[in-house]
Amino acid sequence: MTKKQISSSVNKKMLAYDKLPNWKKYAFISAITLFFLALYISFFGIQAFFQQLVNGIQLGSIYALIALGYTMIYGIIRLINFAHGDLFMFGAYISCFLGNYLMAHNFRYPFIVVLIFSMVVTALLGMAIEKIAYKPLRFKPRLAALITALGVSLFLENFFALSPQNVPFPLNKIVFGPKYILFPALIAEKTYNIGGIAINNIKILIVIITIILMIALQYIVKKTMIGKAMRAVAFNKDACLMMGINIDKVISITFGIGISLAAASGTLYALTYGQLQSPYLGIWPGLKAFIAAVLGGIGNIPGAMLGSYVMGVSETFATSINSNFGYGIAFVILIVVLVFKPAGLLGKFTKEKV
Amino acid sequence: MLKIHNLDVSYGPIRALKGISFEVKEGEIVTLIGANGAGKSTTLRTISNLIKPQNGSITFLNKDLLPVPAYDLVKLGIAHVPEGRIIFGPLTVHENLELATWGRKDKIAIREDLNKVYDLFPLLKERKFQLGETLSGGEQQMLALGRGLVARAKLMLLDEPSMGLAPLLVQDIYRVIRQVNAEGTTILLVEQNAHMALEVAHRAYVLETGNIILEGPADEVAKNPKVIKAYLG
Ligand SMILES: Nc1ncnc2c1ncn2[C@@H]1O[C@H](COP(=O)(O)OP(=O)(O)OP(=O)(O)O)[C@@H](O)[C@H]1O
Ligand SMILES: [Mg+2]
Repeated sequence: MTKKQISSSVNKKMLAYDKLPNWKKYAFISAITLFFLALYISFFGIQAFFQQLVNGIQLGSIYALIALGYTMIYGIIRLINFAHGDLFMFGAYISCFLGNYLMAHNFRYPFIVVLIFSMVVTALLGMAIEKIAYKPLRFKPRLAALITALGVSLFLENFFALSPQNVPFPLNKIVFGPKYILFPALIAEKTYNIGGIAINNIKILIVIITIILMIALQYIVKKTMIGKAMRAVAFNKDACLMMGINIDKVISITFGIGISLAAASGTLYALTYGQLQSPYLGIWPGLKAFIAAVLGGIGNIPGAMLGSYVMGVSETFATSINSNFGYGIAFVILIVVLVFKPAGLLGKFTKEKV
Repeated sequence: MLKIHNLDVSYGPIRALKGISFEVKEGEIVTLIGANGAGKSTTLRTISNLIKPQNGSITFLNKDLLPVPAYDLVKLGIAHVPEGRIIFGPLTVHENLELATWGRKDKIAIREDLNKVYDLFPLLKERKFQLGETLSGGEQQMLALGRGLVARAKLMLLDEPSMGLAPLLVQDIYRVIRQVNAEGTTILLVEQNAHMALEVAHRAYVLETGNIILEGPADEVAKNPKVIKAYLG
């Protein structure tokens, strides 16, 4: 077969898939998934399967909270906020510091206070970044903002990784340092054994908090004025201005919400692992959540959730087979999905608007 | 009410408005007619502060509009119903209307205003929860006009409200425009459909490639041989 024939046959397959009714697409995807699941169970047994499923859902929740921010911000200003993973890191560190303080003072409910505080502070940092770095580039070629986002990301990582003793006052009070630190045990871990599957209270908490935040987000986007304005600004900024909608404010709030979710994710992530490796810790989760958002269809909120759980679960299964598979699987799934569905699992393929 | 003086607007090398001046008085319907590319939409978009002029001044109720951000114009009392309607496709009819009340806190008055639009356009009421992108062109125009109405403006800028509509629907839209004006809203109407525009307007300006070439009471402008030849023939 020549190159042309191959590409046209791929195109035909793509078209054939696109023409299927929705239920057939889901059936097709489910069939493939079931095949792999059956394979896994036949090798490792049902108990290992459920154990990995639980772990996968937990990881998927962490990814989902980051991916939602990616997708919201992309949806409204068509910017891939590469600094998102670093704001996830910032959220985790803020939680760590406040958590240590509250634990030292025997505070009653440290976790919930830490979570909310970290979400608010990180959101403020994110909104400041939007004002300083992205807003001036809003009507410039999109590449300018994209490169800036990369710059912001590198800056945040490397700035916070500076050692306090190497920088002058007052910066030495702000930077985190490059070494790993322990994350306080804000919640006493309890492990339950349910039919041979180990589930601890932190895993349950993570899933519950993720669900609550997702429902809250869905409510904000669907039912509140600011949510309606977000969708309107994403659709057409000029029309919003003509109707008196302050688009700067709407964009700023969108950033705030998206980034507060990343901070929540960072906090939950740190709680799970009990330590913060370094200010570079946001790179991989950020990258994987970005892939999850693209996988689900970037700009699409349910897509980000679906993509994240697909990623989290498959990564966990792959890692349990061979720890090197874990890192690769994200990219394999991404490539396979994008070949057949360039706009992602739930995304609609639209031509770029000028 | 609205005074435009010596307005100059360029898009890069293209000079779209070459120093035009005109005025809209309170209670009037003023129409700005002209062929494709004459600069009609550019004029409205400049008044709405979506484009910065190179030169000239715009005042509304003796207030300089140029430093006012676009999103604050509604608060001052200017509503812009854009060319091509620009309905928010992924939002419902009702959400489109709600957004036009952005920034208002008076919930009861808002509900009254929304109901008034639904009374004016019963078709919209039936389609309250339908997505904007699924509306027909005519329904979209009604919705665009409805969004302008709930803004409770003192001055409405209408950009080609009859574009692409069947004659019967054009009549409907113009009936509403007349009614809105009778209730006290001043209107600046941009049209290519000079027939309708000159029929409802009190005064008219004719715009040709960035210059105002003719102005006067609408009935006189309608009798001008040049206008008859170019726009009414
Ligand atoms: N964004 C833009 N960039 C460059 N040139 C533009 C832009 N918008 C309008 N123009 C030019 O400015 C001139 C006036 O355009 P404008 O849209 O105001 O015309 P119009 O009178 O509204 O025409 P129509 O009846 O077709 O809507 C045209 O020559 C047009 O090509
Ligand atoms: Mg126009």
